[in-house]
Amino acid sequence: MTATDMASAPTPARRGRGILGWTWKETQGFLFILPWLFGFIVFIAGPFFFSFFLSFTQWRLVGDIKWLGFENYAQLLSGEDTRFVQSVYNTAYYVVFHVPGVLIISFIIAGLLNRKVKGIAIYRTAFYLPSITTGVATAVLWYWVLQPNGLLNNFLDIFLKPLDIQAPNWLGSTTWAMPGLIIMSFWSVGTTMIIYLAGLQGIPQHLYEAAEIDGAGWWGKVRHVTIPMMTPQIFLTMVLAVIGSFQVFTAALIITEGGPADATLFLLLYLYWNGFRFFKMGYASAIAWILFFVILFLTIVQFLTARRWVYYEGERAG
Amino acid sequence: MAQQTVTVEPSDPSGMPSSVRIRTPARIRAMRVSGRVLTYVILWLGSFVYAIPFLWMVRTSFMRLDKLFEEPPQIWPDPWIWQNYIDMWETGPFANWIVNSLILVALGMFGQTFISIFVAYGFARTQFPGRNQLFVLILATLMLPGHVTIVPKFIMFRTVGLLDSLWPVALPDLWGQAFYIFILRQFFLTLPVELDEAAEIDGANLLQVLFRVVIPLSKPAIATVAVFNFINKWNEFFEPFVFIQTPEKLTLAVGIRWFRTQYGTEFQMLMAASIVSVAPIVIVFFFAQKQFVRGIALTGIKS
Repeated sequence: MTATDMASAPTPARRGRGILGWTWKETQGFLFILPWLFGFIVFIAGPFFFSFFLSFTQWRLVGDIKWLGFENYAQLLSGEDTRFVQSVYNTAYYVVFHVPGVLIISFIIAGLLNRKVKGIAIYRTAFYLPSITTGVATAVLWYWVLQPNGLLNNFLDIFLKPLDIQAPNWLGSTTWAMPGLIIMSFWSVGTTMIIYLAGLQGIPQHLYEAAEIDGAGWWGKVRHVTIPMMTPQIFLTMVLAVIGSFQVFTAALIITEGGPADATLFLLLYLYWNGFRFFKMGYASAIAWILFFVILFLTIVQFLTARRWVYYEGERAG
Repeated sequence: MAQQTVTVEPSDPSGMPSSVRIRTPARIRAMRVSGRVLTYVILWLGSFVYAIPFLWMVRTSFMRLDKLFEEPPQIWPDPWIWQNYIDMWETGPFANWIVNSLILVALGMFGQTFISIFVAYGFARTQFPGRNQLFVLILATLMLPGHVTIVPKFIMFRTVGLLDSLWPVALPDLWGQAFYIFILRQFFLTLPVELDEAAEIDGANLLQVLFRVVIPLSKPAIATVAVFNFINKWNEFFEPFVFIQTPEKLTLAVGIRWFRTQYGTEFQMLMAASIVSVAPIVIVFFFAQKQFVRGIALTGIKS
């Protein structure tokens, strides 16, 4: 968007003042925004469109850029590239378990913390700190926790040893590597939890009182008051969690490097390998755009279905 | 979930009609107490589960390598090895990494926060054609996964010869970030316009209003943004990982990954290194809990 576009319809009052027909105050306002606009054009919009162009080409950083048309996309979407198919499957697997898991665990913790407990700061710290811990430190730590004789298996052995069941070799098995990473992801629920806690504190007390008069028990109140009133927060965190979980990278890179046998090869990891290990810039860009469209599609679907289940107080107040 | 009073459901298995509620005061109190106890038990167990990986990390960082794989595992390190931290420090260029991370953090906390304040002020307090469309555009960038632009950015910085330095990590973010602009704008909108107008009548221009009226009144929101900035920059991984190759030029977050590829089996040193990378976050969190909670709560209110 250029400045001339914006000034294309000057109102009579504005005409004849300054170059663009803007008042001094309007020009000043625009100057305040200008740094962001510069950064947006150079570092977001420019690369965005350049990446779209690249996705139709073949280029290995040296030599000429070769125009391929839809060839990259055809190769990816036809299933010819089996590793790509595997990475889509893995990412979907992760999203399907990670998103509901995080939402439910956060909701339960937030619900408990909202019961006017003593020492809330201590619990909040314990639950929140993991989610701001450096991703690499988290990954290194869980690499250690998920070892065959690591912390998790030490704990599981308490129950499994008497039954004579072997605890899984989380990171060494194609079956268990993904569940291992998903369990690890449940450690970082803090942000969602605090959004919920803020939401719970905003629910008017009189709704619970009314529900009680109607004979609602604990579960009745959760179902008919808490959950409906929390749908805006649930919706927001769901959208954010879906976007975030399509971009898992650090954990897979550090803990498993996509293995064993591509069992934890995520889309972003595959993009990274193509771009910065094999230097297939065009192919990597095509993966990036497929990733982008999938995220965009799922976000739009969530927004469209939102009106069916998300309750906004303002809408029905009138 | 916020309520404590537990009443018996109409579908009580005792088969009583719902009008006959067994709500004797003693019974209600007993249920309330047991509900409370249950809450605390779950919270204690839960926070223990969430805290124990941290504690395990601390424990491991003080253990001797050959004791790590003992069965059953040692709970308390014996012998207690402080030397692990010294070994770790001497094995990798940690001082370089910390300095690099701090440069990135400083640029973020001061540069990016400062520019975000300007932009947010422009959106909150001035009018110009196209302002609302631009604001929608800013919000739209929140939805754009940064990874879509990583390949072109790599090519761009390679062309101008800035790869393998902090520049490609720091430069793109310096111009104000959507989330911070949003938080600040929302806060600025809550300040009464009358204050601006009074200052303007006294002859202050927009910049003076920003520095003398808006910024002093917005310290909590600015602190929140600065704290978020600190954490995000300190933890930033993907971009420095892609853009920087020379070990000495890495940031701490990426440096630990390098360290792990070199000394992956020396868990005690890895844990010590992780603790060094997590410690500043824990410290910032303890001093700035309020800013964190407020910032996240603000995101929730957005919808």
